[in-house]
Order: sequence, then C-alpha cells, then structure tokens
Amino acid sequence: MKRVYVNEKWCLGCHLCEYNCAFAQTGEPDMARALKDKTIHPNIRVEDGDDVHFAVNCRHCDEALCVKSCITGALSKTADGVVTIDQDKCVHCFTCVLTCPYGCILPTEDGAVTKCELCLKTTKGKPACVAGCPNNAIVFEER
Amino acid sequence: MGINYIVPEYRVVRDPDRCIGCRVCERQCANEVHSFVPQTGKMAADDAKCVNCHRCVSLCPTGALRIVKNEDTFKINANWSNKLMQEIYRQADSGGVLLSSMGNPEPYPIYFDKILLNASQVTNPSIDPLREPMETRTFLGAKTKKIQRDKDGKIIPNASPYLELKTPIMFSAMSYGSISYNAHESLARAATELGIYYNTGEGGLHDDFYQYGANTIVQVASGRFGVHADYLDTAAAIEIKMGQGAKPGIGGHLPGTKIVGDISRTRMIPEGSDAISPAPHHDIYSIEDLRQLVFSLKEATNYQKPVIVKIAAVHNVAAIASGIARSGADIIAIDGYRGGTGAAPTRIRDNVGIPIELALAAVDQRLRDEGIRDNVSIVVGGSCRCSTDVFKAIALGADACYIGTAALLALGCHLCRSCHAGKCNWGIATQRPDLVKRLNPDIGYKRLVNLVEAWTHEIKEMMGGMGINSIESLRGNRLMLRGVGLNEKELEILGIKHAGE
Amino acid sequence: MNYVIIGNSAAAVGCVEGIRQVDQKGKITIISDEPYHTYSRPLISYLLCGKTTEELMRYRPDDFYQTNKVETILGQKVTKIDPDAKQVLLESGKTVSYDKLLCATGSSPFVPPMKGLETVEQKFTFMTLDAATALQKAITPASNVLIIGAGLIGLKCAEGIFDSVRSVTVVDLAPHILSSILDEAGAQMMQRHLEKQGLKFYLNDSVESFDHNTALLKSGEKLTFDQLVLAVGVRPNVSLIKDAGGKVGRGIVIDATMQTSLPDVYAAGDCTESHDISSDQDRILALLPNAYLQGECAGKNMAGASCVFDKAIPMNAIGLLGLHIITAGSYEGEEKCVQDKESYKKMFIKDGKLKGYILIGNIDRAGIYTNLIREQTPLSEIDFDMVFEHPSLMAFGRGYRDKVLAGK
Repeated sequence: MKRVYVNEKWCLGCHLCEYNCAFAQTGEPDMARALKDKTIHPNIRVEDGDDVHFAVNCRHCDEALCVKSCITGALSKTADGVVTIDQDKCVHCFTCVLTCPYGCILPTEDGAVTKCELCLKTTKGKPACVAGCPNNAIVFEER
Repeated sequence: MGINYIVPEYRVVRDPDRCIGCRVCERQCANEVHSFVPQTGKMAADDAKCVNCHRCVSLCPTGALRIVKNEDTFKINANWSNKLMQEIYRQADSGGVLLSSMGNPEPYPIYFDKILLNASQVTNPSIDPLREPMETRTFLGAKTKKIQRDKDGKIIPNASPYLELKTPIMFSAMSYGSISYNAHESLARAATELGIYYNTGEGGLHDDFYQYGANTIVQVASGRFGVHADYLDTAAAIEIKMGQGAKPGIGGHLPGTKIVGDISRTRMIPEGSDAISPAPHHDIYSIEDLRQLVFSLKEATNYQKPVIVKIAAVHNVAAIASGIARSGADIIAIDGYRGGTGAAPTRIRDNVGIPIELALAAVDQRLRDEGIRDNVSIVVGGSCRCSTDVFKAIALGADACYIGTAALLALGCHLCRSCHAGKCNWGIATQRPDLVKRLNPDIGYKRLVNLVEAWTHEIKEMMGGMGINSIESLRGNRLMLRGVGLNEKELEILGIKHAGE
Repeated sequence: MNYVIIGNSAAAVGCVEGIRQVDQKGKITIISDEPYHTYSRPLISYLLCGKTTEELMRYRPDDFYQTNKVETILGQKVTKIDPDAKQVLLESGKTVSYDKLLCATGSSPFVPPMKGLETVEQKFTFMTLDAATALQKAITPASNVLIIGAGLIGLKCAEGIFDSVRSVTVVDLAPHILSSILDEAGAQMMQRHLEKQGLKFYLNDSVESFDHNTALLKSGEKLTFDQLVLAVGVRPNVSLIKDAGGKVGRGIVIDATMQTSLPDVYAAGDCTESHDISSDQDRILALLPNAYLQGECAGKNMAGASCVFDKAIPMNAIGLLGLHIITAGSYEGEEKCVQDKESYKKMFIKDGKLKGYILIGNIDRAGIYTNLIREQTPLSEIDFDMVFEHPSLMAFGRGYRDKVLAGK
C-alpha cells in the first residue's frame, strides 16, 4: 500500500506540508480564505533542528497501537490499512495520544484529536502534504 | 552608518488579504528579507535585501507575494541612468570593482531574434517527425579525411576520437564550487540519461561523480585545479579553457572562504586558500604552445579522447579558431559575450566580447575558406536560450550547442544574478548546506531531461518542416535562414540573405 | 476449531480479531451475562455527560459479529468451566463445548463492608452500562451525590454526572486523589482544578457509618446525600477459573501467551494478572488497551499462531472537567520534574531507562514517552534532555527515524 515516507535529507523545514494539510482539511477552494487568521491543526508536523528537519505524520502501523488501544472503537483500519478516525465516536480521552509511539495523533485546541488519514476523506489522491512538498522530502509510494 | 545612497531595486509587495502568516517566505529567504513582527502578528519585508530571486514568490502557498520594480527614481536622465548613478554610489562606498553574475543583461542586439527559418511548401515536402524517423545524433571531433582499407578490402578504423551525442546539446562548463554538489549531480545524471555530456568546469571532479565519466567533459584551465591522471582518464573528452564569454581576457577567483571540505579536495588545493585562475595559461603564448598542451593531454590519455579548446568570442575570433583548428584540437568551443558566469567584473561582462551568432558565422566561414572545417567540430555557447537558438546556430555552422544558463533555469534559477553572493536560494550557486539541499537532484535531473527532450522535439519539428530528416543536413545550411532588420554588413558576416530575397 | 469466549468486552473483541487474523473459518461463540452488543465500559461516564450515546459507545460496528462470523449467547451467565470435558456450563443448564476457551470475565466493583450501608436506598456502583443507566435515572438536578472513592472510576463518575446534579462530594481514604496514577503534587494540582469547578473532597477520610441519607465520616463530618456511588475499587472475576482448578493469584495467572494453567484455557483482560515490565512485577492492569492486546494475543495463540504479549505496562489517559492527565509505567527511580500553572510533567528514571511518567495539562505526543517505557530504550541512545523538554523524534538517532519515517 502507498504510504507517506519521509526523506529527511531533502526536508527544508519550510513547513508547507503543514499548511497544505490544514488547507486540505478545510475543503475550501482557496487557501488564503481557508486559513487566514486561523490557527492550523495539521496532521503532519515538521520537527526543526539546527540543520535537520523532517516531517512526521501517522505511520499507519501494521500493528497500530492506537487502534488496538482506542477505548471507543473510533479508530479503525480501512481495508487498505489506513488508520482512520470516526470523530462521532471519539470522546477525546486521548488514549491514542498516550499510545502512539511517534506522537502522530494530536489534540486540537478545541479538545478533539486529529490524525493523518492520507487525505482519504479530502483530496482522495496524493496526500496534500506530498503534493505540495517542494523538494520530494515526503513522498507517497509503495515501499 | 552614514547616508544610505542605495535605493532598493525591487519592492516586495504582500497582499494582506492573502498572507496567512505561514512564514515560508521567511524560512526560505537566505537574504533575510522577510520577518515576522510579533507586535503586529504580521509579516514584514526589507526591500533593500531582496535580490528578486523569486524563491518566496514561488513557495508562497497563497500567492500573496509579488516582487515589483521599485518605482522610486532619481531624476530621469537619458545619459545618467539610475543604474549608473547607483553604481557610482556603490563604488564610492566600497572603492571596489563592481561584481556581477550570469550573462550580460544589457540591451545589445540579439541576432538569433533577427533570423527567421525556412519551411517547405509544395516542392520538397515537409516531413512529419511523428511518423518518420528524424536523426539528431551528432558526432563531435575531426572528420575522417580518407577511408583506408586493408588488403582484404576491409575498412581500417582510423577515425579520430569523437563524442557521440543523441541530440546536439551539451551542458556547458560550470565548476563544482561555482555551483553546488546537487546541481552537479543533476547535470551529470541528466547528461547520462540524455546521452549527451556535461562539463566539470575548472573545479575538478568530485569522487561521487566518476560514475558518470562516460558523459563527462573535464576541463583543464589556467589554474589547473583538480587535474590529475584519473580525472583525465575518467572523462569522455578534455576541454582546454582559454577563455569564457562572460569575462574574456581575465581569469577567475573563488575566494578562500568557499574552498572548504569537498571543494578543497576536489580542486586539490588547501582549505581556505583562494582559487585564482590566472588570466592566461602561463605556458601558452602561441598556437604552438597550445598545440603542445593539446598533445600533452592526448599523450596522457593515449590519444583516445577528443580535446576541446574553448575560447571566448572576441574580435579576431576567426583567426584564432583557424589556429586552433591547426593545433590538433578536435573540437573548438566558442563562448559568446552573453555567456554566464558565477562572478565577473560587471564592466568586463557587459562590454567585452562579441555576439556568438557573428563569431560562429565568421569562424565557420573562415575554416571553410581555408579548407580545414573538417579538422574540427564547432560547439557554441553564450546564450542559446531555446530550441530555435540551437537550431539557428546549427544552420549557421555549429555542430552542437552548450547550454548553461538555460540548464540552470531548468533547475530553478531565476536569474537574480547574485551568484557571487553565495546565498543562492535555489540551492544552485551556493555551498551553504542548508541551501544546497534545496535542490534535490531527483527533481533537478528530471527537469533537465525534460528540457532537453522538449527542445529535441522542437528541433525535429523544425527540421521536418524544412524537409530535412537529419541534423547533418542542417549544419551550415544557411539557405534555411533569412535576416530581418539587419544591415548589409551583418547579413554579410552571418552569411545569410535578407528575408524576401 | 471451536472457540468459546466468556465475556464480550475489549479482551473478547481482541480475541475475536486475533483469531480471525489466523483462522477465518473456526467457529467462535461469545457468551456474556450482559445482554448488549459489545460496548466500551469506560464510556459510561461519557454517556452520562452526553458526550456519547448508547449507539456510539458500541465498541465495534453493528455488523461486527456477522463480519467475524461470531455466534453470541448474550444475557447468559457461565456458571462453570469443566476443563476435562472441555465444556462450559450456562446458568440455563445448557453446556457449550470448546476446543479453545478464553476467559475474559473482567472485574466487578468491590464493595467493602460499611456500617449502615443497608439503610441507604439509592446506592450504585459504576462499572457497567446497566449501573450507569440506573444512576442516570435516579439523579435529578437537585441531587446531592456522594461518591466513595477518588480513583479513576469515582472521578469519571463525578465528571459524568457533574452537570446534571446540584453537588458532588467525593470521599476517599487515601491522602490524595487518583492515588493509583498520580503522585502527591500532581494530585494536588488536579484536585485544585476539580475543586475550582465545584467538586468537594474529603480525603484521608472514610465513612464511619451510613444512616439512610446521611454519612458520618471518621473525621466527624456529617454529609447528607441523595445518591451514593460506591467506587472503592474493583476485583478480578476469577472464580470460574479458580473453581475449575486453575491457578489464581490476585488475578488469573497467565503466561506470556495468555494461557492459564488449564489446558486450552486462556484468559485476558481485567480478570488477569499481567507482568508489568516497568516495575518487573505481576500486577492487575485493569486497562482497556491492555485487555485488547492480551485478548488479541490470546486469540492468535488459540488459533495456532505463536504470539507473545510481553510489553504490558500501566497506562492511563483521563480527562476530568477539561484537564487532561496521561500517565504510564511505574513511579520508581530518579525523578525529573517541571511544573507551571497549567501543566505538570514528571519522569521516573531507573537503570538508565524511563520507567514512568506523569503529564497533566500538556499531553502532546505523550506516546513517545510511553514508547520509551514499553521498548525499554536505553536513554543513553537518545537525547533525553531534549525529549524531556519536548517529546520529539529529533531526540532519536537518524537510524531510528529512517526506520520509522522512511521505511528503511
């Protein structure tokens, strides 16, 4: 299955992936309108070091601890192994935050959680973070 | 600080309705133009630092940025332009030589733009390149003068060493040091995939790139940096650089601050020492001296590699080329006055040399007149900007073209002409690791391949339109060219008729 | 193969999913004394405060049993396991045979003997859907509710009814709240938060005696209440295994493959004892994630695969009236702590490894810490100061990142 992989060597730390992710989540046609004066809650986050940068998003683990630990059944895997979240079922207990080994399930300001679903519910093609990466630092491919 | 005489050349215009404060511009500008102002929560820009490289504009996800010419002006004066006045202020400040990068931007005539191409109508029908095979393969080197056979009548292979190109385009000399590792890797991989050649310039050949040797031309220049036996052996051809179109008559200077790590190793000079390429080769004062170097290099490589002699297009280029054609060189490369550079004194770049179109026509004609045209192939560079420039150059007599600036543009260069500052935001003309990594060769090489393939398609289209199915038939075929708006003398030198004739 | 599962909660569902990863065909029967589609026990407090509904709190989709080809016998209690005959006996008198059996009987509220308790009319526990709905029916906006027990269950119950009643008072013997998962300083911070919202606490105290609607505390305080919730603790339901001759400690004893001492009988979930690798001790880890992981492991083994689950640690994520706590591991070793007004962070380091942590307030990326405990990562291999400051993958080596982020 195609997944988002990170090529740390090529990450510039530009953080465009975060904005493209946040934009894709809004479903709006125009990024300026969608994100102007908003705090974004991207499902991919860039970690910046002195000269190292890399993006981190859900790994869609084969043995997904978040799914197995979810107390509501809100987290589940699709037939393709994509870990998705049913926001209606989620009660924001943050057990997934407790268990995700990579810190990829993120609480939002309004108390909900959000995670990368490979844009299954939005762009339905290449994830927005990958499509907008200027340097192939994140790629969507089979490995 | 005293009075600031310098007026910013450009202004950064930010659409407040579109800026979402993502700060990508700030993170991506090595010149530190953009900044976030916590007090206002908004972005600000320092126009004075902007070199107009468009990195921020290209990466701004909402299209909120524009770089515009600063409309602020000194009193208009047809003689004393704003630019000249600023240059005076600058020199009065610094006492230094003005430095510039890339090619001559001044509004001299561009002869390529005053030449039109022919096409077939009714007779000698045109060829559809999508249906018929079109040959763009090009061989560079001395042509075999006589076919020799052994006693059984079999042909004795006596061809001089040559280069075989799938299309008559090569990447011109750009040194590792003037451009980045990733730019070099992009060029090397693209040349390999395209079946053409790239050129090391006078920076040596990085260990990692020996694997692309079969598509590499190595340069031997006046500083002899990076030259050693393996370097010569690995290459497909060796180029002696006598001159460069952007700065004829002068040498080069890569400051010691840039001679670090791999660059120092590759150039074979100590870290921190200035890399000074002398203006002349100190062992070459005549064609005879040049011949000695040509044959030294041939001797060193067992007469298996063609030797190129590269010169800048200057006033008596035809006579010089005639000498080179007799020096044993296999290929003459001529670099026009619009050729690019990583750094050159502005006055030299903008005022020395002659247009490549005129130089090429003059050289081709001279060698034909002297019956030595087949001794050498001619490669021209110095602003082949598109497939038609290449096409017209070949019709004027070139065997192939070098492209440098066009290749860098494909890699992302926006011709901000600030290479000499070493802070190329596109990761091309810089050695700063955080900037170099902005050019991912996986992307870069593919863009180069795309560019050359696109041009090759266009060349085939134009050949087909003329009813020509092989690039060989175009070479020196000046009947396919007509001038527009050129005077008698220009037409005479170009060896073409005026449109309508 | 004929699989029988006693229980219908996380461990049982884990077991079904574990079996079906290996064996698509075998017959699975789930027997439960609760008459409901599998639901998430911890959600009963969220049900009371309206954050979920009975439909949404179903732990798996409506077609779960159908999709996984599971037969269900719901609302029937298992009264006996006969390991020799490989049968379980139902209260109806019916027997069900098994080839492999999972005992996922969970735990039950523990109600200690208290003087006068029998005089209290409206008393509740808080473990099951039935218990929760009974409580919900009883309370009114005018109710004053007394909860005995300031642990996870007591406080989640308090949160669940907080907005629907006039007052909630919590009494606990322990000197601070959430004593099983918080240290003193963390508990104080949490208590201040809850008190600010209006909860009342009597700690270091217990009920001397009840008399109808009043409770007399040891301290002498007299509390009147309308409803009483008993949330003192839970006890593993071990009797089925114990009666069948299986080994039982505080919970059902199982090995790393989740097998009990009885042949072909497995156990998982709150009814078992787990080996906590953070303290290297056998403990009862009554946690939903642990139950699922044990159940899944048991299921795989029951279906013939070979699987061990040897990474059990205590861990809890709990939010109370807007303030979140995440904790994991055990609290022994050298302490490293930072605290400000809104958040609290404490780490416990022993033998060069992270053993446990407590986060209150800012809980972002806590799983990175949990993973350090689970994987017993030597802290010398990472930049622990950096990771302590802010959980990040930057603190790990490039090799680790290449593995997890680049799939190399």
